[in-house]
Amino acid sequence: MTRYYFDHNATTPVSAEVLEVLVPALLEVYGNASSIHGPGQAAKQRLEAARRQTAALLNCDPKEVVFVSGGTEADNLAIFGSVRAHPAGKKHVITTAIEHPAVLNSCRELEREGVEVTYVRAGSDGLIDPDEIRRALRPETVLISVMHANNELGTVQPIEEISRIAREAGVLLHADGVQAAGKIPVDVQALGVDLYSISGHKLYAPKGIGALYVKSGTPLRSIQFGGHHERERRPGTENVPGAVSLGCAAAAANAKLSDESARLAQLRDRLERGILACVPACDVNGDRARRTPNTTNIFFDGLEGEAMVISLDLKGFAVSSGAACSSGAVEPSHVLLAIGLSRERARASLRFSLGRSNTEEQVDALIDAVSESAAQLRKLSPTYTSA
Amino acid sequence: MSGGVDSSVVAGLLQRRGASILGLTMQLWNQRRLPELVPEGGATGRCCSLDDVYDARFVAQHLGIPYYVVNFEDRFEEQVVRPFIDEYLAGRTPIPCTLCNNFIKFDQFLDLAAGVGAGRIATGHYARVAYDESSGRYQLKQGVDSAKDQTYFLFGLKQEQLARTEFPLGGFTKPQVRALARELGLPVAEKPDSQEICFVPNGDYAAFIDAYFREHGIAPDRTRGEILDSEGRVLGEHEGVHRFTVGQRRGLRIAAGEPLYVIATEPASQRVIVGRNQELLRARLAVKDVNWISIDAIAAPTRAHVKIRNKHVPALATLYPTPDATRIEVHFGEPQRAVTPGQGAVFYDAGLVLGGGWIE
Repeated sequence: MTRYYFDHNATTPVSAEVLEVLVPALLEVYGNASSIHGPGQAAKQRLEAARRQTAALLNCDPKEVVFVSGGTEADNLAIFGSVRAHPAGKKHVITTAIEHPAVLNSCRELEREGVEVTYVRAGSDGLIDPDEIRRALRPETVLISVMHANNELGTVQPIEEISRIAREAGVLLHADGVQAAGKIPVDVQALGVDLYSISGHKLYAPKGIGALYVKSGTPLRSIQFGGHHERERRPGTENVPGAVSLGCAAAAANAKLSDESARLAQLRDRLERGILACVPACDVNGDRARRTPNTTNIFFDGLEGEAMVISLDLKGFAVSSGAACSSGAVEPSHVLLAIGLSRERARASLRFSLGRSNTEEQVDALIDAVSESAAQLRKLSPTYTSA
Repeated sequence: MSGGVDSSVVAGLLQRRGASILGLTMQLWNQRRLPELVPEGGATGRCCSLDDVYDARFVAQHLGIPYYVVNFEDRFEEQVVRPFIDEYLAGRTPIPCTLCNNFIKFDQFLDLAAGVGAGRIATGHYARVAYDESSGRYQLKQGVDSAKDQTYFLFGLKQEQLARTEFPLGGFTKPQVRALARELGLPVAEKPDSQEICFVPNGDYAAFIDAYFREHGIAPDRTRGEILDSEGRVLGEHEGVHRFTVGQRRGLRIAAGEPLYVIATEPASQRVIVGRNQELLRARLAVKDVNWISIDAIAAPTRAHVKIRNKHVPALATLYPTPDATRIEVHFGEPQRAVTPGQGAVFYDAGLVLGGGWIE
C-alpha cells in the first residue's frame, strides 16, 4: 500500500538535507560542547553555527536562542521561567482557550501554585480578538501567552496587535510559534514578542530538539537545575546533533519559505475545493483567509472523525481528528469546542495538514478517498440523512 | 480487543484461519474520573485501563494486524452508565453489559466496523451463533463451557446483528482457550480473567454511584430512607436505595431473630422492604421488551428453561404469550428465589436461546 502523509501539523519526516548533516554529526561531533579540548570545541562551534541559523529564521540575535528538547519544554520554560522570575506577590497570566496543551496545562499548574489565569475565548473564526486580551489585563498581570498559529485550524493570531497591548501595559508576551515557524514568515522583532517557542520536528528536523527565543533583557528563571549550559537558562549537556539538525532545518525553511508556502496554499485550496465539491454536507472550520497555508479543518456532517481517520488510514492516507488521549482513542478537539462548535461537530471534523512531500496527484487521490470513505460511513450513520 | 485472553485468542484464531482482520478496542470510560474509587497503586485490571490497551496493542502487533482504539466514552455514559444509575434509583437492578451489547457493541460499534470496511465483527463471548436453514433464522446457542456461557447478556441481539457477528470461542472451554493463547504465543496467555462490571471497581456499584453523584453535585441524602418489613413496621434506616437489590442480606444493619433479606425497593418513597427468605420466592413473573432470537415468536404456551440472573441455574417454566407481543408471562414449575426487576429473563430450550427480555 502506498502511504500518503497529510498530518504535517502532528510531525514531519526528517528531510534529506537534515539527515545529511545529522548522521555525520552523530558520528563525528561527539564532544561535550562545554569541554575545553578539541572535540569539545568542535561541538561548541557546530552548536553556535546552528544557533545562528535558528536565529536567522526568527530574525533575532543568536544569543537570544535557547536550545531545548522541543515545543513543550520551550512553552514550559517561557511560562514558568518568566512568571517565577517576577517578584513574589499577586500574579496574573492571560492566555487563550485554544492553546496547545503544553501552554494550557502549564497555566493550570500555575493556578495550582496560586497564580490567577484568564483563558480568553476565541471567536468562531478561530481568531483571538486583541481587545479581549486588553480587557483581561489587570495591574498584577505578568505574562500574556498567545499562540502564533493554531495547530488544529491553522488560524494565525494577531500577535503584533497583542504585542502593542502588552508593551503599553508593561507585560511580557510569549507566543507559541510551533505551528508557525517554517510555514509563515516569523520575525520576532516585528511581532514584538519577548518569548517565542519553536519545535524541530514540525519543520523536518528530528524529535527531541526545539528552541525558545528569549528577548535580550527578559527576566527568566531556569525551571531545571544543573550545570551552566545555555547561559544558565537551560541546564543539561547540549544536544549538538539535534541543534545542528534544527539549524539546518531552519535554514532550509528560510530559503524555501515563500515558494513552498505558495505551493502548499495552492494544494490546500485544491484539496478543500475538491472535498467541498465531491462530498455533500461539509464545511470548513475557522477563518479561511488568516491561516497557515498548509492546514484545513473540515466538518463532515453526521460522520465520526475517528471512523474517517481509520477508514482513510486503511486506504493509506494519514490525517487527523481531535487529540489522541493516553489510550490512543480520539477526544474531541478542545480547540474546536473552544471556538463554540458542538461536541458532535467537533467529533465530525478532520484536519488535513500538508507538507513538502505532497503533490497534486496525492491531493487528488486524497479527495477520492475522502469522498469514498464518507459515502461508506454515511450509509450507516444514524445522524446523517441526505437531503 | 479488550487486552484480555479471550478476545486476543479470537484475533489469533481468525488470523490463523487466513481472515483479513482489523483489531479495535472500545474506549468506554475515562479512568481518571472518580479518582476516589481508584485503589492505591492505580487502576489496573479495570476496563479501558492503559494497561489493557497496551496489552491489546501488543497482541495486535504480535499478530501483525492493523489496530485502533475507538472512543465511545460519551455514548457509553449516555446509553449505559446513566441508565444503569437511573435503574438503581428506580428500584431495579440493571445489567449494564446487556445495555452495552444492545446499544454500543452490537449497534454503533458494529456500524463503525462496517463503515471502515469490516463486514463482520468477532468478539470473545462464550456463545455460538449459527444460521438455521429450516427457519431462516440466525440462532444463538450457549457456549460449550457452561461455566463461562455468556448468552445471558446477549438476549437483545437482533437477526441483522447476529448475521454480522462471530463468536469463535463458543466451541471451546476456558482452559482450551488458555492453551490456544499459549500455542499462539500471545503475550497475554497468563493474564487473569477480568471482573464483572467493567467500569465499576471491585464490583462496588454503590460506591460508584455515590462517587458519580458527588461528581455531578447530587446530594446523597436524596436516596436515603426507611427499612420496613412487609407489614409496614419501620425497622431502621438506610443510606441509599441504590445500595440494595432483591435477595440481598448484607448491609441492612438490623438485629432480628432470623436472617432478613431485601424483598423489594420502593424508589418513590425510598423505602426498602425486608423479610424472611420464604418471602423471596416467586412462582410467576412478567417479562417486557421481549426479543425473540432462535424462534420467530410464540403463539401458544411454551415450555422453556428460564434464567433470571447471570448465576441462576435455568429453571423449568411455561411461557405464556399476552396480547402485547413483546410481553411474556413466565410460570415456574417451582417458585424461584429473588426475582429481581431490571434483570434479564432469558428463555432456553436445550442450549438454544429462544429469546429474552427484562423482568418487570
